[in-house]
Amino acid sequence: MAKAGKGQRLKNPSKVIKRLLSYLKGYRLRFIVVLVCIVMSAAASALSSMFMQTLIDDYIMPLMGSDNPDFSNLLRAIIIMAAALLIGALAGLAYNRIMVVISQGIQKKIRDQLFAHMQTLPIKYFDTHAHGDIMSRYTNDIDTLRQMMSASLPQMFASAITIITVFVAMLTLNLYLTLFVLLFVAVMLFVTKIIATGSARNFVAQQRELGDVNGFIEEMINGQKVIKVFCHEEATKEEFDRKNEALCKSATAANTYANILMPILNNLGNLQYVLIAMVGGALAIFGVAPITLGIIAAFLPLSKNFTRPFSEISQQLNAVIMALAGAERIFELMDEESEHDEGYVTLVNAKYDKDDNIVESDERTQMWAWKHPHGDGTVTYTKLCGEIVMKDVDFGYDENKIVLHDISLTADKGQKVAFVGATGAGKTTITNLINRFYDIADGKIRYDGININKIRKTDLRKSLGIVLQDVHLFTGTVRENIRYGKLDASDEEVIAAAKLANAHDFISMLPDGYDTVITGDGGQLSQGQCQLISIARAIIADPPVMILDEATSSIDTRTEAIVQKGMDGLMYGRTVFVIAHRLSTVRNSDMIMVLELGRIIERGTHDELINQKGKYYQLYTGAFELS
Amino acid sequence: MIRMLAKSIREYKMASILTPIFVVLEVVMEVLLPFLMANLIDYGVSGNGGKGDMDYIVKTGLMLVAVAFAALIFGALSGKFAAQASAGFAKNLRHDMFYKIQDYSFSNIDKFSSSSLVTRLTTDVTNVQNAFQMIIRVAVRAPFMMIFAMIMSFNVNMSLSWTFVAFIPFIAIALAIVMRLAHPIFTRVFKTYDKLNNVVQENLHGIRVVKSFVREDHEVEKFGKISDIIYKDFSKAEKIIAFNMPVMQISVYSCILIISWFAAQFIVGGSMTTGELISMMTYVMQILMSLMFISMTMVMIIMSKASGDRIAEVLSEEIDLKNTDKPLEKVKDGSIVFDNVSFSYSKNKDKLCLKNLNLTIKSGETVGIIGGTGSSKSSLVQLIPRLYDVTEGSIIVGGEDVRKYDIEVIRDNVAMVLQKNVLFSGTIKENLRWGDPNATDEDIVRVCKLAQAEDFIERMPDKYDTYIEQGGTNVSGGQRQRLCIARALLKKPKILILDDSTSAVDTKTDKLIRKAFLEEIPDTTKIIIAQRVSSVQDADKIIVMDKGRIDAVGTHEELLKNNKIYAEVYNSQQKGSEDNG
Repeated sequence: MAKAGKGQRLKNPSKVIKRLLSYLKGYRLRFIVVLVCIVMSAAASALSSMFMQTLIDDYIMPLMGSDNPDFSNLLRAIIIMAAALLIGALAGLAYNRIMVVISQGIQKKIRDQLFAHMQTLPIKYFDTHAHGDIMSRYTNDIDTLRQMMSASLPQMFASAITIITVFVAMLTLNLYLTLFVLLFVAVMLFVTKIIATGSARNFVAQQRELGDVNGFIEEMINGQKVIKVFCHEEATKEEFDRKNEALCKSATAANTYANILMPILNNLGNLQYVLIAMVGGALAIFGVAPITLGIIAAFLPLSKNFTRPFSEISQQLNAVIMALAGAERIFELMDEESEHDEGYVTLVNAKYDKDDNIVESDERTQMWAWKHPHGDGTVTYTKLCGEIVMKDVDFGYDENKIVLHDISLTADKGQKVAFVGATGAGKTTITNLINRFYDIADGKIRYDGININKIRKTDLRKSLGIVLQDVHLFTGTVRENIRYGKLDASDEEVIAAAKLANAHDFISMLPDGYDTVITGDGGQLSQGQCQLISIARAIIADPPVMILDEATSSIDTRTEAIVQKGMDGLMYGRTVFVIAHRLSTVRNSDMIMVLELGRIIERGTHDELINQKGKYYQLYTGAFELS
Repeated sequence: MIRMLAKSIREYKMASILTPIFVVLEVVMEVLLPFLMANLIDYGVSGNGGKGDMDYIVKTGLMLVAVAFAALIFGALSGKFAAQASAGFAKNLRHDMFYKIQDYSFSNIDKFSSSSLVTRLTTDVTNVQNAFQMIIRVAVRAPFMMIFAMIMSFNVNMSLSWTFVAFIPFIAIALAIVMRLAHPIFTRVFKTYDKLNNVVQENLHGIRVVKSFVREDHEVEKFGKISDIIYKDFSKAEKIIAFNMPVMQISVYSCILIISWFAAQFIVGGSMTTGELISMMTYVMQILMSLMFISMTMVMIIMSKASGDRIAEVLSEEIDLKNTDKPLEKVKDGSIVFDNVSFSYSKNKDKLCLKNLNLTIKSGETVGIIGGTGSSKSSLVQLIPRLYDVTEGSIIVGGEDVRKYDIEVIRDNVAMVLQKNVLFSGTIKENLRWGDPNATDEDIVRVCKLAQAEDFIERMPDKYDTYIEQGGTNVSGGQRQRLCIARALLKKPKILILDDSTSAVDTKTDKLIRKAFLEEIPDTTKIIIAQRVSSVQDADKIIVMDKGRIDAVGTHEELLKNNKIYAEVYNSQQKGSEDNG
């Protein structure tokens, strides 16, 4: 599992920053207010430390020894200061609150954009990228980004402002002491650099070990039942201890570096504080420079205020680099190319007019038609029938590696076409081409006579119902899961679909019936029950073409027969593609295609193929093994 | 919860105690600094009648340098020990949880679900680790800093010190209110985050479903709704937290100004020195800043409390399958008796999934089980190796109740190939040796031949050393099933249970496996759950399950004649194959 910014170098930080700044657009005015407020707040804090000097030199020393001191000037000064500091504190409140809105707003925007864009990506992207890695962009990366924006950035900006104001303040007080402070800052930066390098190295090691341990935990916990069945607990514990120990070692090293940075910088600051007192004292005594007691008194807190922001910045720097690395990964996903869709043929509700021509209808009719606009401005309508023709189709997931060769087939309206073959023969791949999860390399696929490349993808997929090999249900009630096929389906429709899929009985037995919440990927249901629900989900969508990819593999044959009977009634007049391992599932198909290594090697009805005594016959009689 | 977790500190107790000690020492040094500084200024810089006393400056200065260095070393040491203690604590927590989970029964695992256990072992441990480090460092540092600084400041000037003492309750109350308001919102936000991540995760896994049903907009909307709640709640909470800073600033500034006002009069009046004023100011900062830190750590600790609770839940979970006092160490034979067995996963007697089952299986018999989806076939066989305990009645294996055996013994003697089976990352050999860590290469080849896995293993480039990817994704379903069977055979069990374990294996190989079983391990009781009638038809006895009850028991011929369900299943599979097969 990849973690955010794991020791990776930023490719182009300035580009990332520029892009992040573009998100500020809607907040321009507010951002300016924030900047102004930060300046005010930092100035107030500098002012408060400078006040010591004024206090001692202007209001205390002159009054020393007078019998009847007049404190009215001091009172006035304090009132003015109070007003200024109050404004500073309020400015601090204001910028913090505005920054919350800005950083949360930007975070939400990025999050939403990321998800919306992810939905447009082609299937290939999800096949070739680890889910854990994509997931970490939503969790780690966005979170580090938020922390940077709401905490690190304002802090760093405030620190920078403080450094400037305090530097100016120090210069006005005394040049020599200022130079001394600068020298010390150089020492601190040097120390920081040494520690930070060691910290970064060990941090990378820690992340690697952590990934290792977490990966092990994930694999073992998910296979926990097998561990128990084999009484393999002890061996697993041993392996775990070894990995856990390694993590502990690198975590200790990484944290040690991180932990000692602050006390060291802090106390170097204290050391500097002491040295200034000594140097200042010496300068004052020997009269080398015009130094008063007030100047030393004021310089001490100032010097601390000067070095503190440096250590603050060095602490935040790591967070900023991590966040920028995270932002880069987020933008990388956002820049992934979306699924191409040059289709312009759309699916519309249709009806016949008086002259038996197909026309578009605003109402929901039971009839659908392809709306096909032409270059000359005319529009033709083709009735949606569900006829699919493939001609000389070649395809490869990788351009150089063709996995399907010369696939040609015709599925007439209402026909049931089956694919049979060994794992990896290309059965699922063919169906992935029909719904355009992937695009063919060569050849043509026509749907009701229209090249499917011309059909808008969403409309094409709406006209296809698919029950996939791996069942995926979503967290929610059973009802919601079935309704996924048709969002506005009534409860009666849901139940009718469940009955057709033979799922009604067991759903009724669940604790809350149709309102039982399924979590995870249907954890508490058996594999077969999940398949039944996913079949109900496809049934309710009521598409003219159905693709069943090993849809009943975990369902016993008797239930399968019942489901099939129900579906056969429903599917009457609809085109069905069936992929199945079990030959009993495909036997009654109108056409069976036997695939081997990406080619159709035999085709025909069950009886024809049996008579041919070819591969299908061998499979059927058990003389050949499907693996 | 805290006591539960604290048990995991163990060998890191030393480091956990040393950390706060060094933290306190560092604090003492830091508090001494302003005090010495005041002396330096009063007796050094402005000493000697205002001319300054260089000797004193050097003497006190060196002392100050020494103190600062000591603080630096104490600070660094505390950091080092804190790292040791927290990383070690996290290690022990993971260790304890992992070990505990190894002892979990199936129903314990079901209760938590695997994914939630994984989160608890990973994310939650990290949260607690960070909080622990925070507690032994900052949470110790801040209060001590406050107390010491307070003592020192009272030492310097009693009456002035009262001014900021007056501010402490103001700050404490203000911060308490802020936290009180923000905390529930934060907990809510984190729960919503879980939901958001769940949506993303499901979309990643089910992207084909989303795209097939053209539900991208629906999902974006679903995501947007949750995202919006997070935005609103999070902004609300952070806006409240934003009050922390001005509360602190106003207090600090007020203290400075008030002290300035009175100090000026004291100094002019001669009852106070300039140096004392400067050290007072430093103490003000130290005290108020430590209050700030206290509030920050409180927020952190409260946030990680949820994680701590979740870990404690795992650790304190009552394991519901336990060995008896004097467990039996030997299983006599492979006979099985179900005596009026009822079973429910939820222990709720109204939701029984097995009802009043009676059944006798002789040692060495082959038993087939057939039944519809959800007819509780798997539940039935899972009771035999005591993966779950019966709700009522008893199961007798080898003449004794399964609950009387040592759990490990009964599971070693009853090998089960699960329906949702898993191979682990590692070589084929390593995976098979799960069955018997001491198995020789010959043993392994023998069981692979039995499970009809030898052929395809020999065809692989690295043969028995072929590396299996996590989840066994680089072998086909049929191959995976045969490897799992081989793995179970290596245990040389008295009873072997195959729970739909040959569904992806073709009929011919299936037949060969059964033939091998019959010839090579005749004394082992074999229970086979299958969907194909052909897998069970030559069994000694076939059990037909329907809705948690035994519908019929008999041989193939008997059932074909007398049992409607069996006949139906048979017919649904045999149409046309008799004349061709």
